[in-house]
Parts: sequence; structure tokens; C-alpha cells
Amino acid sequence: MTAKSTASAFARAREEGRSALIGYLPAGFPTKQGSIDAMRVMVENGCDVIEVGLPYSDPVMDGPTIQAAAQTALENGFRTRDVFDIVEAVAATGAPTLVMTYWNPVERYGVDKFAADLAGVGGAGLITADITPDSVTGWDEAADANDLDKVYLVAPSSTEERVAMTTANCRGFVYATAVMGVTGARDSTSDLAGPLVARTKATTDLPVGVGLGVSNGDQAAEIAKFADGVIVGSAFVRVLAEHADDPAAGLEALAVLTRDLAAGVRR
Amino acid sequence: MTSRHDADELGFFGDFGGRFMPEALVAALDELTAEWEAAMADPAFIGEFERLLRDYAGTPSKLYHAERLSAQVGARVLLKREDLNHTGAHKIRNVMGQALLTKRMGKTRVIAETGAGQHGVASATAAAYFGLDCTVYMGKVDTERQALNVARMQMLGAEVIAVDAGSATLKDAINEALRDWVASVDHTAYLFGTAAGPHPFPSMVREFCRGIGDESREQCLEQFGRLPDAVAACVGGGSNAIGMFTAFLDDEDVKIYGLEPGGDGVDTDRHAATIWAGESGVLHGARTYVLQDEDGQTIESHSISAGLDYPGVGPQHAHLAKTGRAQYLPVTDTEAMDAMALLARTEGIIPAIESSHALAGALKVIPDLVAEKGPDATIIVNLSGRGDKDMGTAIEWFGLGRSNNEQSNTEENAK
Repeated sequence: MTAKSTASAFARAREEGRSALIGYLPAGFPTKQGSIDAMRVMVENGCDVIEVGLPYSDPVMDGPTIQAAAQTALENGFRTRDVFDIVEAVAATGAPTLVMTYWNPVERYGVDKFAADLAGVGGAGLITADITPDSVTGWDEAADANDLDKVYLVAPSSTEERVAMTTANCRGFVYATAVMGVTGARDSTSDLAGPLVARTKATTDLPVGVGLGVSNGDQAAEIAKFADGVIVGSAFVRVLAEHADDPAAGLEALAVLTRDLAAGVRR
Repeated sequence: MTSRHDADELGFFGDFGGRFMPEALVAALDELTAEWEAAMADPAFIGEFERLLRDYAGTPSKLYHAERLSAQVGARVLLKREDLNHTGAHKIRNVMGQALLTKRMGKTRVIAETGAGQHGVASATAAAYFGLDCTVYMGKVDTERQALNVARMQMLGAEVIAVDAGSATLKDAINEALRDWVASVDHTAYLFGTAAGPHPFPSMVREFCRGIGDESREQCLEQFGRLPDAVAACVGGGSNAIGMFTAFLDDEDVKIYGLEPGGDGVDTDRHAATIWAGESGVLHGARTYVLQDEDGQTIESHSISAGLDYPGVGPQHAHLAKTGRAQYLPVTDTEAMDAMALLARTEGIIPAIESSHALAGALKVIPDLVAEKGPDATIIVNLSGRGDKDMGTAIEWFGLGRSNNEQSNTEENAK
């Protein structure tokens, strides 16, 4: 595999004097092959890192756009094992590819087996939405044994102690949730993002990606001024959902949006 | 209040419990844990809580010897009359505790989730009492089958939001309330409705509900000079049950029965018997037994009782089941409805369908209890709520609501 850890993508962006663009889509949305096609389009048009969402029945952190997409994937028969095929296809592009997931599907699959299978298909690591490093899961050990990134989240409400504890347990990058709230594109980005990134950077040399709310190049440029990575999810999902009847048009719109965002992180 | 049955400092009861939550909520859960522990050590808080329960909620609730029912089933059946509490269920204990804590923490708004509506009504009541804004999330399916309770919440000044996602029932209402909480946690408290969820909710809800068992134990000793041979309570998430069980955990001779909603039967795919049929997993912030498929996706549960229709269960119940201290048995919809009718007609008490599960389960274990303990065998059944809210379901189930001569005319015409 060309890119095992997300660190390589962040390093390259840093060399180019810009932020990395990180794109998220749920696995299996709109279909298994459709999600692979879409993520490849995102890489071809400027995403440096891909997050593959693992659809889950009870996504407490997701807003309506992503929840509906995940629900569609599940109704279309998505199975956990499908995520490995999707990661393999996307990682083959050379973009570091992580899985973003809620915990129960991983635990049910088997924590060690999940880590081994993810590493086996060239996956870079895991972003865990509903567990923190101090949750009792066994993920740290499984990830370390398989040389996988461990991306935990920090939030505006995190205390200094928790930010330090979280970043000390991260590998690859740190995911800063810029707003208090669920996922979803927003008209304006949060003024909580800057201070959170500063507080996070004070505790670690790892890159910090900012997520939740970005939907266009202008917002990406704004975040890119202070963050190492700009994470976009709902906006991509919305574009695909809006073109549900015409997948080709959906991919084209996705390419346009990705190029806008990629230009944003380069301003 | 420390006992060997308490959770450890990470919120685990043995293998179950803990905290599996987005980082955005951890600070709020830490704050809640610290404030709750401080409050429970504060005599002024405890005194105010006890005053509220006594003067407003109407506790201690009666422990009533159901003599006609007892004669019929051949054992002494005692009913813990939580149905006589203000708002008609045990739920008022939990919400008055949590709302009092909310005031103490200086927050101005509460949110809650509800299945049958009992917790929503209790939350709306407490919010009105304390002058707090209140939003209640309820699965859309449940708003339809519990319209009267929706109206009660609105009458009390609460906003009721119908949740259309997922299975549109209690678990989805919890998801939606958690989402709200992530965005509003600076001024909002989440009045969790059952002894499930992330630490400290399972412990906190248990402590606010433990009066059910503490009172029962004392009343039984006082009225009959002995402890019961068994206690029984229904288990959805398990707040009324853990409230009852806690007092008896150290009384090794007292058998403890949790009755789960067996729906159409645990051999079908339409039930909510989580301990009986679920497997260990993580749902709504805790490790517990979960009804899930082989990929860890939550399976939609079914029960005739919206209040028990939940695919998870409080983690202490999971622990009590695994260690064998309590037995958890399924009760079908039919068995519960039969018990509802039996109690109505022998004692003039119409129980909630939730509580009817507890009674139906007690009726099933009584023969063994009598065989072991003799005809004086004594069982306390927690009558956790009253059945007014369930009359719509009862009307449909039993074909009620028309005068008896109309019914017989219809039957005549059908022949």
C-alpha cells in the first residue's frame, strides 16, 4: 500500500503550505459500488484523505442527512464486511482511507478481527464517534498491534485534561468537532473552532482536522487558516442524495464540490 | 450509600455499564456525576427530595394485600401501589430527583425521551413545578398509540417532538434527545427516563427510585413481621425494577424476578426480551444486553406496552442476570393483558400494561414459590403505574367500549 497512515497525507499538504481536505461518505450509499465510485471521484478531485462511514442503526452524533444515508445503506443490505471491500477499493487510489464508526458494529465483528481485516485491505485506521480513549474497549491495543491510526475526537466542551489525554492516545491526526451539535452542513462555521484547535495544538504535534459544518470553498478556506485538515461530510452526502435519480450527475456534482473545497484549502 | 452493589468508579456493574459516549458529552456527564454525588451527600438536598416525594408525589405508596387475588392464586400477593403516586407511576420519583438536581446545577431547560408517555408526563410535571422549559422526544409510533399522554404533556406546558427516524419508538427518541443534548448541554439537563444509558444515569436513576424497595421492605416487615419470599417487577429499561430490587439484594432468601416483554413470544421476532434474547453490546452509552443482529445493528423491539418497548436494558440488570442474583423471564402480550383483566376484576385496580407484565410473571412463578415456601408464600409485585393511559390498547384488545347489549346485538347479527 502506498499510504498506510494519514500522517503522510498531512505531511504532503504541509509541504505544499496548505491544509488537507478530508472527505466523508457512508459506506454503501447510495449503493456499495456507488459509494466506491463517489469516493474515487472525491480523491480524483482533491480529497487527501477519505473517511468511510460505517452505517449504524443508532447514530447519536449524526444529523438527519447522514442518518438518512446510513439508513438507506442498511435498507439496501449493507453488511459490516462490505466496508472492507470499499476501503480496499478507495485505498488503492493512494489516499489514506479510514473508517469512521460507532462502536457496537466493531465490537460485534470482533475488535481484533476488525483491526486485522482493516489493516489487511490497506485501511489507515479508525475514527470512533462514540468512544473516547478512556472507554473500556480494547481498541488501542488492537490498533497498535496492526499499525493503525487511532483518531479520537476533541470537543469545545473538553477540559484541558481531557484534550491532553485524548491527543496522547491519538495516532494519525486529532479530530476537532468545531461545534457543539450533530453533523450537518451549516451556513456559518463556528467561532468555537479556532480556540479548540489552539488548545489541541498546545498538547500535541499531531495534525488537527476540524469537522462538522463545512459545505463550501469559502468555509474551507476559513478553517484552513488555523487547522491542518478540513473535514467535510454532510455536504458530500447531500449532493449525492440530491441526485439520487441520476448517479452520473451526482458524481459530476460531487466533483465540482470537491474541486471548490480543494481550492478552498489552498487559498 | 456505598454498597457492594454500587457501580465502580467507571460506572461498571461487573462487565456492564460504563460510558461509551461522544467526547462532546463527557464533560456534561462528568459534571452531572460530580453534582449528583455532592447532592446525595448534602442533607439539605436529601431533605428537600424527601419532602417533595412526601408532599407532592404522594409517597410512601401503599403496600396493599390483594386478598381476593391472593385467595384465587393461593399465595399472599402484595401490591406496591406506585400507581397511586402523582402522575400515576413510579416515574415521578426519578424526575423530581433529577429536576431538583437540575435546579441545583443552575440549568434552565430539561429534555426527556418517553415511550408510553409516563416519563414524559412526569418530566413535564416536574418542569412545570420547578419552572423549567421542557422538551420531550417521543417516537412517532408512540405519539399515535399514546395520544392522551401527548396531550397531558402539552397541557403541562411541554413541547412534544415526534421522532420519525429509525423505528420511530423509544430507542429513536433517546437518540434524538442525545442529539439535542450535545447541542444544548450548557443550559439543558437530560432527564433520563430509565436506569440505562451512560454513567451516572443507571446509578442516579436507581437511587432516586430506590424508595420503592426501601418502603416495600419496611412495610412488609411492619405489616407481616417478615420479609417477602419474592419480589417482582417489569423490566424495560428497568427503573422501577431496580428501585424495587435494590432494597432486597442482600436478602439472599428473597427471590428477585424481573419480567421482560415477551411480545408475541420469544421464539418469534416480535418481542423486547432483551436479557432473555439479547447479547452483550454497547447501546446508548452503556455496555449491556442488546437486541442486535450479527452485525451489531439494533433490532427493532416489539411490545404491546410502549413503556417496555426497548431493545436495551439497564446495565445493573444485565449484571444481576449474569450473576444469577435476579431471574429475568419473558411475559407475552397475551399473558400481560390477561393479568391486567384479572387484577381489574378481582381487585378493582386497572394496572398499566407494564405493571401487568410484572403481575403475569408473578402468577407464573407462584406455584413454584408455594411448593417451596408453603401457602404463606409472599410475593411483592410492583404495580409501577396505572392503566388509564392504556385504555386505548385495552379497548382494542378486549373489544371494549360498546355497551353490552350493543355487543350482543352484533354477535347475534353475526350468527
